Amino acid sequence: MKRFLWLAPSLYIAFLLLPIYWLLNMSFKTTNEILGTFSLWPNEFTLENYVKIFTDPTWYTGYFNSLTYVAINTVLSVSVALPAAYAFSRYRFLGDKHLFFWLLTNRMAPPAVFALPFLQLYSAVGLFDTPLAVALAHCLFNIPLAVWILEGFMSGVPRELDETAYIDGYPFWRFFIRIFIPTITAGIGVAAFFCFMFSWVELLLAKTLTSVAAKPIAATMTRTASSSGYELGLLAAAGSLTIVPGAFVIYFVRNYIAKGFALGRV
Amino acid sequence: MIAKTTNQKAWFFVLPVVLLVAFNAIIPLMTVVNYSVQETFGDNVFFWEGVGWFEQVLHSERFHDALLRQLAFSFIILAIEVPLGIAIALAMPRKGPWVSVCLVLMALPLLIPWNVVGAMWNIFALPDIGLLGKAINGLGIDYNFTRQPIAAWFTTVLMDVWHWTSLVVLLCYAGLCSIPDAYYQAAKIDGARGWAIFRYIQLPKLKRVLTIAILLRFMDSFMIYTEPFVLTGGGPGNATTFLSIDLVKIALGQFDLGPAAAMSLIYFLIVLLLCWIFYTLMMRGEEQ
Repeated sequence: MKRFLWLAPSLYIAFLLLPIYWLLNMSFKTTNEILGTFSLWPNEFTLENYVKIFTDPTWYTGYFNSLTYVAINTVLSVSVALPAAYAFSRYRFLGDKHLFFWLLTNRMAPPAVFALPFLQLYSAVGLFDTPLAVALAHCLFNIPLAVWILEGFMSGVPRELDETAYIDGYPFWRFFIRIFIPTITAGIGVAAFFCFMFSWVELLLAKTLTSVAAKPIAATMTRTASSSGYELGLLAAAGSLTIVPGAFVIYFVRNYIAKGFALGRV
Repeated sequence: MIAKTTNQKAWFFVLPVVLLVAFNAIIPLMTVVNYSVQETFGDNVFFWEGVGWFEQVLHSERFHDALLRQLAFSFIILAIEVPLGIAIALAMPRKGPWVSVCLVLMALPLLIPWNVVGAMWNIFALPDIGLLGKAINGLGIDYNFTRQPIAAWFTTVLMDVWHWTSLVVLLCYAGLCSIPDAYYQAAKIDGARGWAIFRYIQLPKLKRVLTIAILLRFMDSFMIYTEPFVLTGGGPGNATTFLSIDLVKIALGQFDLGPAAAMSLIYFLIVLLLCWIFYTLMMRGEEQ
């Protein structure tokens, strides 16, 4: 029985790759071929769809917009979460447990609840249709997550490290930046990965808070698909390209992904 | 666990986080509360309405139906994803070059934007151009998820299993890897096999990660919006209109601010309550 154990993960991975293959398959077909004939691979192989995306500004600016707000959000979330996570993992202070649960509740808030108020709030402060608005809005669920993950990793660092540095006469900030942060680089990488991931995949808020100038790629896809009828090949090509950044980042954190999902607490 | 020292200055460390999250959480939440107790006839003129909207939402059949569908959906996907995730994690290799390959490929669905997931499954399952649709119809089963409610449910659930089972697998795999070899050796000496090893060694060790997995899966499935919206648009009819889809329809589609706000608050409170129950159970389990 043990000899056939590899079958289960293999079948599962095959199941995961099947729809992705189908998307790629379509992205290399012309729209006529997609609607006209049914085939397991492209008969008239074409790169036309990809060429269109890379040459038409309405398409490729979508990728820039998405990557811009994802990058701002990741840097912002991780940098404010670092000191907060340190405080939660090292100190007891007034209301610490309640504060932690309150942060957690924001991870539970359905984005649909916040869509309309966010639209009004960011219009009122004049940030509507900028990448910054989306980056700030995504902080709602990414900061709590980053604090949660980093706190898990920091709690695994022995307290003696802090005490030794204190005895050696390190001022706190120098200790924090020079010694403490380098010891938890894995944790920072994982937290950054998760912020990237949840900001990259979220669409409801990103779509609500932008109209033209900062439109994310995912929104470009939905609008083009509905306005110009069925340009399935183009849609498939745009979809395939959104998988690339994710696949790229997974590769870097592959050994820590599991630990990150467990919020640093395995 | 490390002993913590009391230090009120730690508040300065958490202050930036509190300010940023509060800006995003408290102001919008107050806006929602504000709308939920008022009535408007346009032109920014508002009248006090009291708890009227709440009563209306709580008594409306539409809300009951959406809530029931939502609970059923979350329950079904948890019942499939958790056992499947555990089984695959158990069958995965513990070392060797295949570990990285498995982890990277399994994490792939998690990094795809949610509307692309919906669009991908749409073209994968359509009966005329999709592989899945063609295959099922080829087996002699009449299948069209845009017309049959059962087929729509089947496709939505399958999509969610495809999308999120890897999360459970990755968590359980991390939990299994953290069990020291000595535990297995001791079990071998005692003559424990297969099921006994799983029940008395692996499962207790998985408890913590499984709670996180169930919590995360429950929260996210309860808030699901984009994937079913792109896949089925909530249809056919209202068959796959879950709470978030219904809420966005009322708030941004019909612009019924009062009922939408009241529904938002009730929705949020239900999620909070259920998560609080999970969280307390988890913490109690840990203390024992």
